[in-house]
Amino acid sequence: MGCTAADVVAALRAAAAVVQEHRDELVRLDQAIGDADHGENMKRGFTAVLSRLDTEPPDTPGKVLKLVATTLISTVGGAAGPLYGTAFLRASAAVGDAAELDRDTVARALQAALDGVFARGKAVVGDKTMVDALTPAVTAAASAEGTVAATLSAAADAAEEGASSTVPMVARKGRASYLGERSAGHMDPGARSTALLLRAFADAAAKS
Amino acid sequence: MTAAASASRVGLVVVSHSDMLANGVAELATQMAPDVTVLPVGGTEEGGLGTDYGAVVEALADADSGAGVVVLYDLGSAKMTAEMAVESADDPSLYKVVDAPLVEGAVAAAVAAQGGAPLPDVASAAEGAAGEAPVSTPTRPTLHLVPDAVSAEVLLTNEVGLHARPAALLARTVAELDADVVVRYGDQEANAASVLALMGLSAPGGKSITVVATGKDAGEAVRRIEELAERGFDD
Repeated sequence: MGCTAADVVAALRAAAAVVQEHRDELVRLDQAIGDADHGENMKRGFTAVLSRLDTEPPDTPGKVLKLVATTLISTVGGAAGPLYGTAFLRASAAVGDAAELDRDTVARALQAALDGVFARGKAVVGDKTMVDALTPAVTAAASAEGTVAATLSAAADAAEEGASSTVPMVARKGRASYLGERSAGHMDPGARSTALLLRAFADAAAKS
Repeated sequence: MTAAASASRVGLVVVSHSDMLANGVAELATQMAPDVTVLPVGGTEEGGLGTDYGAVVEALADADSGAGVVVLYDLGSAKMTAEMAVESADDPSLYKVVDAPLVEGAVAAAVAAQGGAPLPDVASAAEGAAGEAPVSTPTRPTLHLVPDAVSAEVLLTNEVGLHARPAALLARTVAELDADVVVRYGDQEANAASVLALMGLSAPGGKSITVVATGKDAGEAVRRIEELAERGFDD
C-alpha cells in the first residue's frame, strides 16, 4: 500500500508540528556553533508550508513536495532554505506524477534529495552538516524491506545515529566552520533537524 | 565610448545577509562607477538577517540590461541563494556568481563594468580582487624602454591624491582606450586598469606620478590622464 498526496500532506503537517516543538532545541544547538537562527528559520518555513497546504492542497505527492520546496526556499532565510528546498525539489522530480508512493519510490526520492544537498552545499560526510544525517538515512532506506513506514523508520533511525555522530566532529562547512576546533562537542543543528523530519515522516507513515 | 556600450553595461547584484551591508557595498561601488546598475539585496522579507530568494530573483532581472550580471555574496548561504536564483532564471548564462571578497570585488567589478567590459571580464575583475598584489616593484625592463611607449610626469593637484574616487576615474579613463597603461609612484608600479592597484600606490596629493602607456591610443591615454590631474580629478 502506497502513500497518497493526502498521506504526504499529513506527514508534512506532522513535520511542521515537530519543528515547532523543537524550535528552542534547534536554536540552542545553533547558538552553540552557528548564528542561532536555525530553529526560528525552520519554524517560519514550515509555518508557511502549513498555510500553503491549507489554501492550495496539491493532488499528487510530487506536487506536495514541490510546494514544500518552493515555500522553504523563499521563506527560511538561512542556509536551510536552499538546502531543504533543493532536497524537496529533487525528491519531487524523482517521484514524478505518481499518484501513490511505494517503498522503492520513497527510497529513490531520499537518494535524489541527498544528491541535491550535495550539489547545493558541496558538503561531504564528516563535514558536520545535514549530510551526516541524510547519507546514512538514504543507505538504510535503500536496503530496508517492507512498507513505506518501515523504510522511513529505518531511515529515521540511521539519521538519528548520523546526527549523534556529528557531536565530536569539527565543522568544515557552514557558519560553524569559522569556529574550527571549538565546533567539536556540539551536535550539528542541520543534522538534528534532518533526523527530526525523517522521524516525523516515519511516524506519520506508520499511522496512515 | 559607443552608444551601444553605454546602453548595455554589465550590472551587479550584491547579496548579503544584512540589508545595511548590501546597501553599503552598493553605495561604495556606485561611487566608483556611476553608470553601472548595482542592486543591493540584503536581509529577509521581514527585515531580519538572512537572504530572500524572491528578492534575489527580482534583482537579477532588474540589474540586467542585456550585457549580463555579476553576483557577489557575503557568506555561504547567500551564495546558495544566489546560485538557486541563477539556476531558476530563463537564461542562467547571463548571470555569474563570483567567489570574490565582497567589498574589493564589488568595486573592481563595478569599475570594469563602467569601462564597458563584457561579463567574463567583469567577473574576472571581481575574482582577481582576492589575491591581487596591488602594487609591484618592477623587475622586468620598464615600459620606458619600449620603443613606442608614451610617458609623462603628472602632478596630483588634488588634495587626496590617488584615493578611491580619483583612482576609479583614472581607471575608467584608461578602460575606454586601446592602450596598456602603468602608473608609477616611487619605486612601485600599478596597472592603471586596476582601481585597487592604483589605490595601493598610496600616491598623495601634491606629489607626481609617472604615467607610461603603450598601444594604439597610448598618446591619448596619457593626455587624458594629464587633463584629469589638471582638473584635480573633479574633486
